[in-house]
Amino acid sequence: MDAPASVKDQAKVELHGGAILAAIKASGIKFILSVPDIVTSAGLLRPISRDPDFRLVRVCKEDECIGIASGLSYCDQRALILIQYTGFLDSLNAIRAVAVEYKQPICMMVGLLGHEPERPPTQSGRYGVRIIEPILDAMGIEHHLISQDADVAKIKPAIDKAYTQSLPVALLIGRRPVAP
Amino acid sequence: MMKRDECFRILARHIADEIVIASYSGAVEWNELNPRALNYFSIGAMGLGSSHGLGLALGRPDKRIVVLDGDGSLLMNLGSLVTIAAAAPKNLVHFVCQNGTYEANGGHPIPNPKVDFAGMARAAGYAHCHEISELASFEQQIGHVLGEEGPVFATLHVERSRPLTYNYTDLYASARRRTLKAALIPDA
Repeated sequence: MDAPASVKDQAKVELHGGAILAAIKASGIKFILSVPDIVTSAGLLRPISRDPDFRLVRVCKEDECIGIASGLSYCDQRALILIQYTGFLDSLNAIRAVAVEYKQPICMMVGLLGHEPERPPTQSGRYGVRIIEPILDAMGIEHHLISQDADVAKIKPAIDKAYTQSLPVALLIGRRPVAP
Repeated sequence: MMKRDECFRILARHIADEIVIASYSGAVEWNELNPRALNYFSIGAMGLGSSHGLGLALGRPDKRIVVLDGDGSLLMNLGSLVTIAAAAPKNLVHFVCQNGTYEANGGHPIPNPKVDFAGMARAAGYAHCHEISELASFEQQIGHVLGEEGPVFATLHVERSRPLTYNYTDLYASARRRTLKAALIPDA
């Protein structure tokens, strides 16, 4: 018996790492600041580590990224923070101060480990995933869900806005990107 | 053992167009001694000074970056020693003023006031590490330390300071950030 149409359609939905990387480059990002995240490991971080267009700074703990990105912003250099949602939660005080209170252009790409792509993150079975968007809303941080190729078009405008208006943004990766 | 403000007074004589990042008590004393556009105090969260410094060092390899850290602060971001050593910015000089206390938070002791920060920086992979306890030695070495190829680390063993007035509203004023940015990106 064939699967129901909705299930078949869902099975076709993909998110390609190559498209995300192209959008990051188009946004003028040179520095990638990261602690590895299994959601984005194969599809984003590994190709980034081999790409001479990027300067990858591997940090020990995610909140370091907030300081590094802030320092870079004073030098007219764009950075993307590539972390897991657990690292985002661990960095909240730095994000609160540097990104929100100081209005620095902190751009975060956050892997939602354990997120079920067919559901909105707020309806995830994982408590940690469920609370991410409400926390961002409470902090007034703009966020976008990137869970299929059609969402990739949101990346460049979001990063450009963050840097032109000096504000933070969170790009939530809702499914494992396919490696380029 | 040295007084931090005496060290900073000597340091100020060697600072020209360097960007100086300082936090908490160190920021208060540095700002009193040497207010200038290229001071950076808005670190946001305790311990992040060295990380802001790394970002500046990577973004402006043509400028020297001087971080004036505190011991309690650095304990909150020890991983940054490893990150900085791996990134290996040649233009970063990282001082920690070690007085064994959380001075801005009531003067309580840090968990181990004798912790060996220079040893940790050396083990992390900093290019040059120093430990200075006497003011005469600091005065003699500071020019050399500032000129070494980084990342450079130096522990300054200092006494607890005189009572300080912490005006965080002024230290973290948005006008300071705008001034710094204008100095670094004139066309922004």
